[in-house]
Amino acid sequence: MIAVIDYDCGNLFSLKASLKALGIDSQLTRDPQVISQSDGVILPGVGAFGDAADKLTEYGLRQPLLEAAGSGKPFLGICLGMQLLFEKSYEYGEHRGLGLIKGYVDSLRKDIENPKALVPHMGWNSLIYTGSPSPLLDGIEEGTFVYFVHSFYAKDCQKSLKAYASYEGVQVPALVQEKNVFGTQYHPEKSGQKGLVMLKNFARLCGETVGETL
Amino acid sequence: MLAKRIIPCLDIRDGRVVKGRKFQSIKDVEDPAVMASFYNASGADELVFYDITASAEGRKLFTSMVSDVASRTFIPLTVGGGISTIADFDRVLTSGADKVSVNSGALADPQLIEEGAHKYGDQCVVLSIDCARVGGEFHVFTHGGRQDTGRLLKDWVHQGLELGAGEIVLNSMDTDGVKEGFDLEMLNVLSDVHVPVIASGGAGCKEDFLTLFKELPWVSAGLAASIFHYKTVDIKELKQYLADNGIRVRL
Repeated sequence: MIAVIDYDCGNLFSLKASLKALGIDSQLTRDPQVISQSDGVILPGVGAFGDAADKLTEYGLRQPLLEAAGSGKPFLGICLGMQLLFEKSYEYGEHRGLGLIKGYVDSLRKDIENPKALVPHMGWNSLIYTGSPSPLLDGIEEGTFVYFVHSFYAKDCQKSLKAYASYEGVQVPALVQEKNVFGTQYHPEKSGQKGLVMLKNFARLCGETVGETL
Repeated sequence: MLAKRIIPCLDIRDGRVVKGRKFQSIKDVEDPAVMASFYNASGADELVFYDITASAEGRKLFTSMVSDVASRTFIPLTVGGGISTIADFDRVLTSGADKVSVNSGALADPQLIEEGAHKYGDQCVVLSIDCARVGGEFHVFTHGGRQDTGRLLKDWVHQGLELGAGEIVLNSMDTDGVKEGFDLEMLNVLSDVHVPVIASGGAGCKEDFLTLFKELPWVSAGLAASIFHYKTVDIKELKQYLADNGIRVRL
């Protein structure tokens, strides 16, 4: 069973639906015991970093999540959930992340030279591989388009970087991995069939049986 | 760089797709989820559903349709039609929509844009505008194009962006249904806006999309309904054609 962390930050409908369509056993939860007993953890998230980081603290989730990641079970952060894996974020102030992956989160707009560039980085962009493979990308070719919606992005994370997207002259980290901890800036659950393949890959790493309904 | 998006738009009445009957390649053309799966498989980058239902009962059917589609189609989903309160935002977003499209409701109460953007983020609020030429000016219309508000396109866009609209769909009533190409002149009014612009109205063939993206490279997406429903244009072929002509698309 994969624990999908429910901490009032984001619309979980699509993630839940995609796991269900793939026949993957998952449970929405913020219960430390359920997290501890799960085979893997997905930390989703939409919205502002500060609010989400506060919610993690408020719900007493920091320690259970750190323990889950430390236990070696597969752990996937999606979008804001990926950003929360880093040490800190400078989104409207300075906020502390989970510190599971080295790096920090900062404004994309600040690093784009073209003042007319559109931010958020919203839409389909293609993955460029760094040459360091990740099991999350098994069966996924370089150049595959995935769906992004975000205004802040990860920096100083070269060591864990597996794939990035190029936007307005900026390398936007798309997939990071540090051992069993994965983070995708894009939404695999909104990236069509290829995105579903990535979710299947993750479920397999968790030791889940994956249905072939899609 | 982002891929240019191709977006089919489906009108829904009482939970069923309107004007799908000539769609011959699939069986139940009136079932939104069947249509959505078909478009998903043919490479649509996003789907837009408009609720053109009049009754409250029909609205319920629409909400459950959104859930049904969102449970089976894993690409971004925009929903509009009759959105006039923040409760309408809540209703469609919890049903699985990713973005909400506002039109007449926002003209009646512009604060709706601000409320939606504040609660769900700018990227979630799509301002859809029906526009036509009146006496040499671009006027904004409501109620499916039946009422001229007298407001100028650029003023309304400016206000909408100030309030937090994260994307604009510009539907030209002058070219809508004419099938001789998108309304490049009208679209050009939006050339300096800082959010994605989606062109709508007038596409009749795949060349029209190429012209759109070549002439107005800042336009993010092309939206159409009947040409996709009637298979005049196949999305897969359209995207291959665009790619062959140097337009970045998701194949």
